[in-house]
Amino acid sequence: MFAALRESRSGLRPNDFETPALETWIGRVDGLEHEPVTGRLGEFDCRNNRLARLGLRQDGFEDAVAQARERYGAHRIAVLIGTSTSGVHETELAYRQRDRSTGALPPDLRYRHSQNIFSVADFVRRYLELEGPAAAISTACSSSAKVFASAHRLIEAAFVDAAVVGGVDSLCLTTLYGFGSLELLSREPCRPCDAARDGISIGEAAGFVLLERADSGAGKIALLGYGESSDGYHMSAPHPEGAGVRLAVMQALCRAGLAPDAIDYINLHGTATPANDRAEDAALHRIFGAAIPCSSTKGWTGHTLGAAGVTEAIISALCLERSWVPGTLNTRTLDPSLRSRIVLSGEQHPLRHVLSNSFGFGGNNCSLVLGMRA
Amino acid sequence: MTEVFLDGVGLIGPGLPDWRTAREVLRGEREHEPARLPRPDAGMLPANERRRVANSVRWALAAAQEAVGASSYRADEVATVFATSDGDGETLHHLCEALASPQREVSPTRFHNSVHNAAAGYWSIAAGSRHPSTSLCGYDATFAAGLIEAASQVWSERAAMLLVAYDLPFPPPLYAVRPIAEPFAVALVLVPEPRPGTLACCRITARRGSSACSPFPAALRGALACNPAAWSLPLLALIARERREAVRLPYLDGCQLIVEPVAWR
Repeated sequence: MFAALRESRSGLRPNDFETPALETWIGRVDGLEHEPVTGRLGEFDCRNNRLARLGLRQDGFEDAVAQARERYGAHRIAVLIGTSTSGVHETELAYRQRDRSTGALPPDLRYRHSQNIFSVADFVRRYLELEGPAAAISTACSSSAKVFASAHRLIEAAFVDAAVVGGVDSLCLTTLYGFGSLELLSREPCRPCDAARDGISIGEAAGFVLLERADSGAGKIALLGYGESSDGYHMSAPHPEGAGVRLAVMQALCRAGLAPDAIDYINLHGTATPANDRAEDAALHRIFGAAIPCSSTKGWTGHTLGAAGVTEAIISALCLERSWVPGTLNTRTLDPSLRSRIVLSGEQHPLRHVLSNSFGFGGNNCSLVLGMRA
Repeated sequence: MTEVFLDGVGLIGPGLPDWRTAREVLRGEREHEPARLPRPDAGMLPANERRRVANSVRWALAAAQEAVGASSYRADEVATVFATSDGDGETLHHLCEALASPQREVSPTRFHNSVHNAAAGYWSIAAGSRHPSTSLCGYDATFAAGLIEAASQVWSERAAMLLVAYDLPFPPPLYAVRPIAEPFAVALVLVPEPRPGTLACCRITARRGSSACSPFPAALRGALACNPAAWSLPLLALIARERREAVRLPYLDGCQLIVEPVAWR
């Protein structure tokens, strides 16, 4: 991921998912079609859980969880996973195979283990052999930022000692055609904050983080604050001045005990729809002025929807570790009406604190503050 | 272990139009006569939103409105947790049908109604609330998952929380893969300190153990027990009868969620 950030390598490509009729770009993970989940968890097999398994196998994550299991006990570790559509693609495909006379779905549709929102959290919990509390959080595109806040509270309230949080969302027709129906899909790779931005590129991703109590861990990344709010405005359009966004960001700063000028980089939600980028900019400019470098990394990943929060929290952590402010890939001409300091190309820069924003349909906002523990 | 105070209850289900009726049924003072209820009117929503709202949201809002009305809080003073296993089946059915057709033409309203947090979004619009809101799912453990989320927020944010759990029967052909036969929605206002109208103090514990749960209240007829939201009723039965026993909610393999109304006055 970090190499791709440094080298400005995007993961987006022209839509080649399933039977591609939509003219758009997507971030598709290669090979999922050929790697079924088999064996003990075989009934969970679907694109979303395949993607989850692939994510769990990266970067020594399983080993880190195994060590935590030894330390705390399997029942003292929670699993909270964000997803917006879970394994709905299985149901979409099943609807093409309905019985012509009765309308019945094919008998091999395993709803509980694919389409149901909990499926991915259930799968992760079983895959990692954990026995603590679990839930799938589904607040559209803020889902896997919210899991950090919920996990923090479960640890605070002493229900658990640690939590596996994450986000998994995979390509499906519901989101491709749904965002298409709202005219929110770009026909080219998304261009956040560009004067001519015309919508999102949908991506898929799985990302996981192990959260533990903060009494140790010099040199580790810490969750310093989180803020959550609702817009109370519209189901699929953001509040024009980003009133809810401002509330979430202010709460995150307040919880972290930081003044706005202590933030060194802001990873924007930055979806590249005209309305989102405008509203987010308005909210951030009121808090931070034009002093803090901001960028959207969706030009690399696409909008991974329910996985966007954790994807960008991980990007923020990488940037903290490597002292790097990423640019805004694909963006050619910055929208002159945006007033925040949006950076287009990456720069080496020591970072103490990073803010990461995620907003979803239903006006659901979540901001995280991450920092390096001294 | 966490303790939270229950400051208001709302519910709606067949033969259970409100908490007052349900309380009498659970106390054995009235027979449960399951009857189909009219579609809740979602009267708290502005007219243009009311036209577009899905049925499951109407049920969730009905319970939520009753609970908040019975509590010492206004609708715009509470943060929310919306817990549903299956969201809105009619919306899912229409979307999947459209996506299986050659044109794949999806209604934008159906699409935004399909998000798992649709009820939360409509609630925040209706209540004019900018408070935090979490929507979640735990399949058959959905009520317990919602309760632990809401209780941990009450505990660590010292905030008043509205927990709403709801599920409606799926239409065919989806009904075959998720046979929930009866609609049900329940809402609890949970707060960190007792208030004048407080109904109970609930001690909530998660611990290692089998997933066996307490029995469903025998006073309730019909097939409510297959609705995940209705698994709030074993707890509400204790509260209705002012009993201090522990209930084990349906939860997860290897993990139990135990709720016990305890003395607080």
